[in-house]
Amino acid sequence: MENIKHFLGNFFVTGEPMIYMADVAIVLVSLGIIFVLTYFKKWKWLWKEWLTTVDAKKIGIMYIIAALLMLFRGGVDALLMRTQLALPNLHFLDSQHYNEIFTTHGTIMILFMAMPFIIGLFNIAVPLQIGARDVAFPFLNAVSFWLFFAGAMLFNLSFVIGGSPDAGWTSYTPLAGKELDPGVGENYYLLGLQIAGIGTLATGVNFFTTIIKMRAPGMSLMKMPMFTWSVLVTSVIIMFAFPVLTVALAMLTIDRLFDAHFFTVAAGGQPMQWANLFWIWGHPEVYIVILPAFGVFSEVIATFSRKKLFGYHAMVFSMVAISVLGFITWVHHFFTMGAGPGVNSFFSLSTMLIAIPTGVKVFNWLFTLNKGKIQFTTAMLWALAFIPNFLIGGLTGVMLAVAPADYQYHNSYFLISHFHYVLIGGTVFAAFAGLTYWWPKMFGHILNERLGKWAFWVFMISFNVCFLPMYLVGLLGMTRRMYTYPAGLGWTSLNLIETIGAFGMGLGFIIMVYNIYWSARYGERDTTGDPWDGRTLEWATTSPAPEYNFAHIPTIQQVDDFYYMKKEGRQKEISKAPYKPIHMPNNSGVPIIMAVFFFIGGFGLVFEWIWMGILGGIGVLACMLYRSFETHDHHYIPVDEIERTEREAGRFS
Amino acid sequence: MSNEHTQAHASEHTGFPWKHVIGLVLSLILTFAALWCVTSFAFSPALIVTVIVILAVVQAFVQLFMFMHITEGSKVWQITAIGFGAFIAFCVVAGTLWIMLFAL
Amino acid sequence: MAAVTNHNNKPYEPLEYSTEEGSLRIFGFWLFLAADMVLFACLFATYLMYIHHTAGGPSSKELFEVKDFMIETVDLLVSSFTCGLATLEMRRGNKKATIAWLIVTLILGLVFIGFEVKEFTGMVQEGATLQTSAFLTSFFILVGTHGCHVSIGILWMLCIIAQLATRGINAQTARKVFIIGLYWHFLDVIWIFLFTAVYLTGLVL
Repeated sequence: MENIKHFLGNFFVTGEPMIYMADVAIVLVSLGIIFVLTYFKKWKWLWKEWLTTVDAKKIGIMYIIAALLMLFRGGVDALLMRTQLALPNLHFLDSQHYNEIFTTHGTIMILFMAMPFIIGLFNIAVPLQIGARDVAFPFLNAVSFWLFFAGAMLFNLSFVIGGSPDAGWTSYTPLAGKELDPGVGENYYLLGLQIAGIGTLATGVNFFTTIIKMRAPGMSLMKMPMFTWSVLVTSVIIMFAFPVLTVALAMLTIDRLFDAHFFTVAAGGQPMQWANLFWIWGHPEVYIVILPAFGVFSEVIATFSRKKLFGYHAMVFSMVAISVLGFITWVHHFFTMGAGPGVNSFFSLSTMLIAIPTGVKVFNWLFTLNKGKIQFTTAMLWALAFIPNFLIGGLTGVMLAVAPADYQYHNSYFLISHFHYVLIGGTVFAAFAGLTYWWPKMFGHILNERLGKWAFWVFMISFNVCFLPMYLVGLLGMTRRMYTYPAGLGWTSLNLIETIGAFGMGLGFIIMVYNIYWSARYGERDTTGDPWDGRTLEWATTSPAPEYNFAHIPTIQQVDDFYYMKKEGRQKEISKAPYKPIHMPNNSGVPIIMAVFFFIGGFGLVFEWIWMGILGGIGVLACMLYRSFETHDHHYIPVDEIERTEREAGRFS
Repeated sequence: MSNEHTQAHASEHTGFPWKHVIGLVLSLILTFAALWCVTSFAFSPALIVTVIVILAVVQAFVQLFMFMHITEGSKVWQITAIGFGAFIAFCVVAGTLWIMLFAL
Repeated sequence: MAAVTNHNNKPYEPLEYSTEEGSLRIFGFWLFLAADMVLFACLFATYLMYIHHTAGGPSSKELFEVKDFMIETVDLLVSSFTCGLATLEMRRGNKKATIAWLIVTLILGLVFIGFEVKEFTGMVQEGATLQTSAFLTSFFILVGTHGCHVSIGILWMLCIIAQLATRGINAQTARKVFIIGLYWHFLDVIWIFLFTAVYLTGLVL
């Protein structure tokens, strides 16, 4: 009896009133969901239409819903931190709890919010933009999503079962090693990221293949939409960066679970090798989340300036240059390790070089705006705000790239502010711009512009109120990850302003969520499929697009061909009868079941229950085996069904 | 849909598989040459390692071209992908050794 | 996705490329191999970094036996050759010969794994374990990751042999034979670098 009590006391996180509240909330929300699904008899619908789907458009929507949930979780973490730091000597959180929260905030925001958000946009826009019916490997796409989801859930489970990781999102050894960080928290980090990372790697392979091999006839590489280009380049970075993360995580897992010595000094290991491997992945990772953002802004700015994107070729080549350079700059994250002057100089220079192609892109956006008929829609406002905000982040990045100066800035709030300016001002703004821009394509109605603009102004201004003072407080000597500070250092007022800004961002997010609810009920329906007078192929089909995307695959003649199609009246050919049966992949329950086994195996390894890890592994293998022997994995949509769909959309001709 | 579909040479698929046998013989020769370098010479370690790494790279090419049909399918992209992967692999190995051995 | 038969009148097109699905998957597999190469590069980098970090434990010169690793190497080289012959016979439409060469390859793979297990257990009995030193940790994980790949390849090959036997050579099974061939040759390439960077270099440095 005592044993069981002891076990349960360690198994569930105890002693924190906020966690008990979270426990109650989780149980209530889960029960609520189960009740609603049962009451409205929606289980079968959920399984058939969503959980087993291999349709990229639906997978994209699931990615974005998950990303918004994670944005909420990561945002609450941020607000807790800002509350603790609002005034000196507060005891809202203790140091351990604070460590856990900044760790989960960083990890969730990068891996489980930014990544799925942009991958969701890949899924929604790319197949449509290139005139394909789906991605190259729809089944694998579903596997990717469910692995991400299993990884995210495993990671999030840590705060109620077993305890959260607490060594920072970078999880540096030796702090994250077994000796200094016993318990299961770090294991959650390692296994959760590992499972999600495998899914992401598959996404990279999938989208690279899709874009290279499945473009509509006539669409040569240099006629692709800029967002598709950004996804192509990003896929390359994913394919070559994520294996490094896989290895690094596996090594630390082996160190922690089997007492190996990759990173333990006593037996000849070097803790800094973790930092080295982590950043070989980690630096390309920031380009993985920023290049698609550039792609979104390129689309939005061109559409709402009513102009062709300026400097198409320069845009493409600068992205390619960024992707290559991005792989050889990683040491700037640990200049202070004290590698020799040769090493630090090289990586300092390679880092500064990246500013050149990035600058080229900024000028191209500005020249696209030049003499355009600018429409200040919500999506456009995010894009316009991105330019100055990202510039602040980028320029402080160049300051940080100077190795000797970095010894001063390193791990201060100056750095914190820098990467929030690039990640929020770049990636998050792009996520919101893309969400607003493609929302009609996803759901068939337009998000309310008035509420959208309110959300934009509140969020954008609050963002600056929150993060601009951080540069100053960083230069005044405040370092990252400190859980409290004494009065009298000149930090107090700045910290208070930051906290006010943080809550303002929270308010902006609430307005956005309300907008989603309001627009779903009362928002303007998009009956044309082309609400923004768009320039690329995704606007050539209905909103939301039918399962098969296009009744006929269009032939492409130039960049932004849809714009010219509309001028020349060619767009009607896409839905013109007669039709031919369309070949589509079947739905499959294997991806989600496989992800469940990954989750089981991962959970077992977190608690070092090796038998459970093996059980999960066997389950995963069994799923693969089943899939290998499967033959009937596709079907044809008959002509009359296509005709019915096109007729209902008012497109039949 | 790309049109750069495959054109393997039909002639390879009749008669004795010379290409494969030559590939095997070359691999064996290169392998034993590397072993011979290591066991029979008293050169500096740096020189020996350089030579055996070159032999390994040559042998990788033998596999890629004699066995793996890298020139079929979308050959330009396949070669680019493998080439870029090799470049990143080189950066990882050379970069790590340069940075972490603190030799400079 | 679409398994539409390609009606281009090309002079000769292998069966595995004849459907869009086939050519997409072969292409995707090349990308996976490129990514896997980077995965191994990280393990190589770590191993080379720790090559002298023996922490008082046994060193590479004390552990590596020329005879053992040469047997493993030749075995794997020959298996790569026989796997190439399997692809060749598949393209000739010769089901029995394809299966036969795949079985030979599979047996050579098992022999390789047998030798590797023997090598590892021998080392552990001499007190050279995963927990001994950073050098041995990185050695076991690097060589073991390759061994894992080979083991997965063996299981995978079994599935393909079963499918070939029951379904014969068609566009789908041909593609599978071709892809397992790519995988197997790739593992041979990785082994060449293991042989060079771990075993031979271990004798020199």
